[in-house]
Amino acid sequence: MIPAAFDYVAPTTVDEAVRALAAGGEDAKVMAGGQSLIPVLRMRLAAPTLVVDLSGLTELTGVHDDGDSLRIGAMTTHYEVQRDPLVREHAGLLRLATDTVADPQVRHRGTFGGSLAHADPAGDLLAPALALDAVMVCAGPSGTREVPAAEFFVDYFTTALAPDELLTHVKVPKLTGWGAHYEKFNRVAQAWSIVAVAAAVRVSGGRITAARVGLTNMASTPVRARAVEEALVGQEATAEAITAAATRAAEGADPPTDNNADAEYRSHLARVLTERAVTAAVSA
Amino acid sequence: MTATAEPEASDREVGKARLRKEDARLITGATRWTDNMQLTGMLHMALLRSPVAHARITAIDVTEAVKMPGVLMVLTGQDVAAEQGSLPCAWPITEDMLAPPAPSLAVDRVNFAGEAVALVVARSAAEAHDALAAIDVDYDDLPVVLDMERAVADDADLVHPDLGSNKSATWIFDSAEAGTGADVDQALADSEVVVERTFRQQRLIPAFMEPRSVVVDPSPDSVTMWSATQVPHILRWMLSAVLGIPEQQIRVIAPDVGGGFGGKLQVTPEEVLTLVVARRLGKPVKWTETRTESMLSAHHGRDQLQRITVGASRDGKVTGLKVDLLADMGAYLRLVTPGVPILGAFMFNAIYKFPAYRFTCTNVFTNKVPTDAYRGAGRPEATFAIERIMDELAAELGLDPMDLRERNWIKHDEFPFTTVAGLTYDSGHYEAATDRAKELFGYDALRREQSERRANGDPVQLGIGISTYTEMCGLAPSRVLGALRYAAGGWEHAALRMLPTGKVELITGTSPHGQGHVTAWSQIVADRLGVPFEDVEVLHGDTRVSHRGMDSYGSRSLAVGGVAVVLAADKVLAKARTVAAHLMEAGEGDVEFAAGKFTVRGTSTALSLGDVVVAAHVAHNLPDGMEPGLDAEATFDPDNFSYPHGTHLCATEVDTRTGAVKIRSYVCVDDVGKVVNPMIVEGQVHGGLAQGIAQALYEEAVHDEYGTLTTATLADYLLPSAVDLPHFTTDRTETPALSNPLGVKGVGEAGTIASTPAVVNSIVDALRHMGVDDVEMPCTPMRVWKAINRRGDAVPTTPGAGGGLGSVNVDDQAHARGGAE
Amino acid sequence: MRITVTVDGVDYSDEVEPRTLLVHHLRERLGKTGTVVGCDTSNCGACTVHLDGHSVKSCAVLAVQADGREVTTVEGLAREGRLHPVQQAFHRNHALQCGFCTPGMIMQAIDLLADNPDPDEDEVRHGLEGNLCRCTGYQNIVRAVRDAARQMRPGAGPDAERVDEAKLVGRTPTHTGGGGE
Repeated sequence: MIPAAFDYVAPTTVDEAVRALAAGGEDAKVMAGGQSLIPVLRMRLAAPTLVVDLSGLTELTGVHDDGDSLRIGAMTTHYEVQRDPLVREHAGLLRLATDTVADPQVRHRGTFGGSLAHADPAGDLLAPALALDAVMVCAGPSGTREVPAAEFFVDYFTTALAPDELLTHVKVPKLTGWGAHYEKFNRVAQAWSIVAVAAAVRVSGGRITAARVGLTNMASTPVRARAVEEALVGQEATAEAITAAATRAAEGADPPTDNNADAEYRSHLARVLTERAVTAAVSA
Repeated sequence: MTATAEPEASDREVGKARLRKEDARLITGATRWTDNMQLTGMLHMALLRSPVAHARITAIDVTEAVKMPGVLMVLTGQDVAAEQGSLPCAWPITEDMLAPPAPSLAVDRVNFAGEAVALVVARSAAEAHDALAAIDVDYDDLPVVLDMERAVADDADLVHPDLGSNKSATWIFDSAEAGTGADVDQALADSEVVVERTFRQQRLIPAFMEPRSVVVDPSPDSVTMWSATQVPHILRWMLSAVLGIPEQQIRVIAPDVGGGFGGKLQVTPEEVLTLVVARRLGKPVKWTETRTESMLSAHHGRDQLQRITVGASRDGKVTGLKVDLLADMGAYLRLVTPGVPILGAFMFNAIYKFPAYRFTCTNVFTNKVPTDAYRGAGRPEATFAIERIMDELAAELGLDPMDLRERNWIKHDEFPFTTVAGLTYDSGHYEAATDRAKELFGYDALRREQSERRANGDPVQLGIGISTYTEMCGLAPSRVLGALRYAAGGWEHAALRMLPTGKVELITGTSPHGQGHVTAWSQIVADRLGVPFEDVEVLHGDTRVSHRGMDSYGSRSLAVGGVAVVLAADKVLAKARTVAAHLMEAGEGDVEFAAGKFTVRGTSTALSLGDVVVAAHVAHNLPDGMEPGLDAEATFDPDNFSYPHGTHLCATEVDTRTGAVKIRSYVCVDDVGKVVNPMIVEGQVHGGLAQGIAQALYEEAVHDEYGTLTTATLADYLLPSAVDLPHFTTDRTETPALSNPLGVKGVGEAGTIASTPAVVNSIVDALRHMGVDDVEMPCTPMRVWKAINRRGDAVPTTPGAGGGLGSVNVDDQAHARGGAE
Repeated sequence: MRITVTVDGVDYSDEVEPRTLLVHHLRERLGKTGTVVGCDTSNCGACTVHLDGHSVKSCAVLAVQADGREVTTVEGLAREGRLHPVQQAFHRNHALQCGFCTPGMIMQAIDLLADNPDPDEDEVRHGLEGNLCRCTGYQNIVRAVRDAARQMRPGAGPDAERVDEAKLVGRTPTHTGGGGE
């Protein structure tokens, strides 16, 4: 199928992009990699009058070392994230989750920032971003502001971005030397996660000294499994301790119901997958 | 048959894994799909489809749409009501079958979500789609009928109130009445053990990869239609019947067709409408569907509720079989919709010696997309039910499920065997296929591992599933099809043109769309005539070239059409022998033919077939009264179906904590008789397995309570990718069919028919010690988990909350795949 | 908008609407009908082409986004009448039946081999997870891709000289392209 007609601009700087977005008003739509937006346009589920294509913003690509954190350009593709040595060393969880995003062709076009701004709670990068305490750098007509991941994801497909704002960078605090794992559960390789669990743990002397656990598709936004994190920290990294902590995975979640899973089953999966994710992270 | 000397085994083309001639254009992109057609002045049609499942159309306003740029024509059902006729149903299964009129464009009511209600013809496809958005339709909702059991209740809302019932027809086969067996009620009453189960055959979508497309080039004296169809010959006949256009003025071409699986065995509303508008406008018109249109409007498959009762003695001999089906027709009866479940009637008894049998099927209307043929058509449903309940019976009797099968199947020395359903199985060797399969599978070792895992309480349990199937295919015998009230015959036609340069053109009435007929038919001709494989060109799929044919479906092409090729070649040779004898001045009885050469016995006199072809072509010196030329044609109509069989074994690992199922190994040994091209046969088996396994694990067309299809995209209707399917171990045994001179049986559907119960049986087998005796298909992780944990089997019908495009006309939030912007 | 796209080695300059998808531009304007459309949601992968040397689904790229860039389709693989080793391997291993998914499969297989010249079965399956086939059950496709990998191995003969387009874009082969790992 063919999208409804729209106007198109491809700015080359963030300023130009912000101005274009403001000029486009309510019916303007930002396109990053376009891998979710273009199918939606084709199905005519959305019909923006203006598409602002960010693919010319080379300033928004690449992964930079900012000391305590990595600064990842919003237009960095999944393919680039997968292969980036800084990500591999300091944000292993992000790489593991990115490996599971869609398929190779989509990973060539789709972008890190686009995925986050799309805010699909079944998307695989939201829970890791939340678990890693990533900070979103947003640019608007009045300059830039930083929004912590915990405040960025507001609802299904809804973020804290104002209509005239862009996500330009993501700051990801380094978790160097942590073990990480992304445990994804879906029905076929192409399908979204029914539930997935992002886990990063620091183990020192056989004891878990820090833990981060994020859940994919367990609510209208990604969810932080705080109860699990609290239950893990200070424990010996044993199977028993992990199993006990994982039983609290669904606390605070509000899982949806669909063809593939009802809320009860999703909650059960969250517990089992959390156990598996943390176990794998501990031994990673 | 002519006394043709067989070529030496090593020179024989038949049996050789010839690489395909078809591939050259397919791997280079030089393909001729219908949607590739561009004709000068060609216009584009788009269809507006109903978002509601059952409603009266109270008003359609097209005034804005007709003003849109590039729009040449906007039509509603009222505008074509007098011309469009009613789409054909060629299989009225009973004399009193209820059948509603089936307009291509809905006139005053819609009966399923996705039914076309208006059309636009515009200069470009984009403009045509733009104009659809400007058409305003008012619907007055009617009660939606979705559930078959409720639909057949006395006080049910009606899909077609004029018909007075949602029951289209009830079709019964009773072995006592037919004289093929005893009375089943008595047999079950006398049985020591009776097991009854209800199985659900979920609704599937054929999901051929090439979306359907139609191009019509009209002219005052002849209309040409290109269509992505499996059935160009049937289509031409039916277009003429529906629209009243003289058949000789219609030419139908099926160019390269990208898969069908029964899904393109249809005469579609879109074909009729494209033809109607092209004729009205006097311009070529193209319609190509979107994937979602395909899911919403091309016919679906399966969708049955099966109540099956089996009786047995304590020592494991089956005594009787009773089958009660409800089969969902959807909203209309398409080309062979009513007959699909009836094809299963002869297969529930399968390979087992049941002394008594009754089959009752009630065809039911609902407000859903019409169902029709999908790979296997009736036989996968039957095979599933019988193979599932044999496992249940084995569990009830405390027997190994393979042991129970062995006690009841037809032994190899009992063929030919007339079954309780009245069919005569000509040949088979179930023991041989089973032995080979068990050996490849390591059956005994896997059973040992299974006991260990059970004993250890392993969270991942191992299950072994068996399917010892047979099927009836090679849909032919015309007389049998006639007795079943099918409107057409089942013969097939072939013609050979012997060209003066010694090359050969073969015209076949089959219509391949991926099966490799061009290669396989070339092998048959090469062997039969002793000409090089490369010298044979196979023509098909154009009614001006191939004027007689019944097309491709029902695993019929080789077993019927391939045999017609043999018969045509034999006619060529018979005449060539007469010419050769004349030219060599020998008696015909002294002339031998081998490796493309005629010789006179006991002499060195020889003439190549090519020489004879030239002589017959120039006709300078032919026997008195002989017509020039060696061309010949033949039509084959077998007197029996063919009966492939085999043993499929599936080992699955079931994660009891999550319900996830992983196929660990899959072994199948099929007996499809003699084989023309083993490479192509193996490919057919692989693809068949993929679709059968996908029914067991992944695929389901789901409707919500309003009748909206919530799996209307490939993001929601889950086709397996390479990651989701296992490596298959395949092998064959070879028991030649006796019903045709090639000894071949069909292979197109076998993998699909056999594999579904093997997978589900293995899942149930893995969990039986946990109290599980069924998991409804598709066996999703949630269903498996609920079966283990006794959570009931209610499964939500809502589309993906996060993830999934969901129901496409409803959810503005819907989005596409991967969260990968 | 006016765009110039190099497709299979030829520059094409055209006026296109922004809403035109790359695949529609290829098929309808440039006559590159070897690349096909199988779905609306970018699930099937039948439309896969290479954009500046990387596989993309041309139904999820706007034609205007290809302006100034290089596109390779299945029609541009054969050189001097000689098929690409992956094309040959698909033929040799009966990796296609109806052939509708084949152009996309071949283009993705070439991309996969550029990242991972010696994939095992599992890596091939993951590398093709964005391409659906309804005919083959994938087994022969997997076999063909591994066969092609052997043929393309350095020293395997003249075909090895045409290993991939990776050299054109300076891509370093890695083993992380399988997704999922």
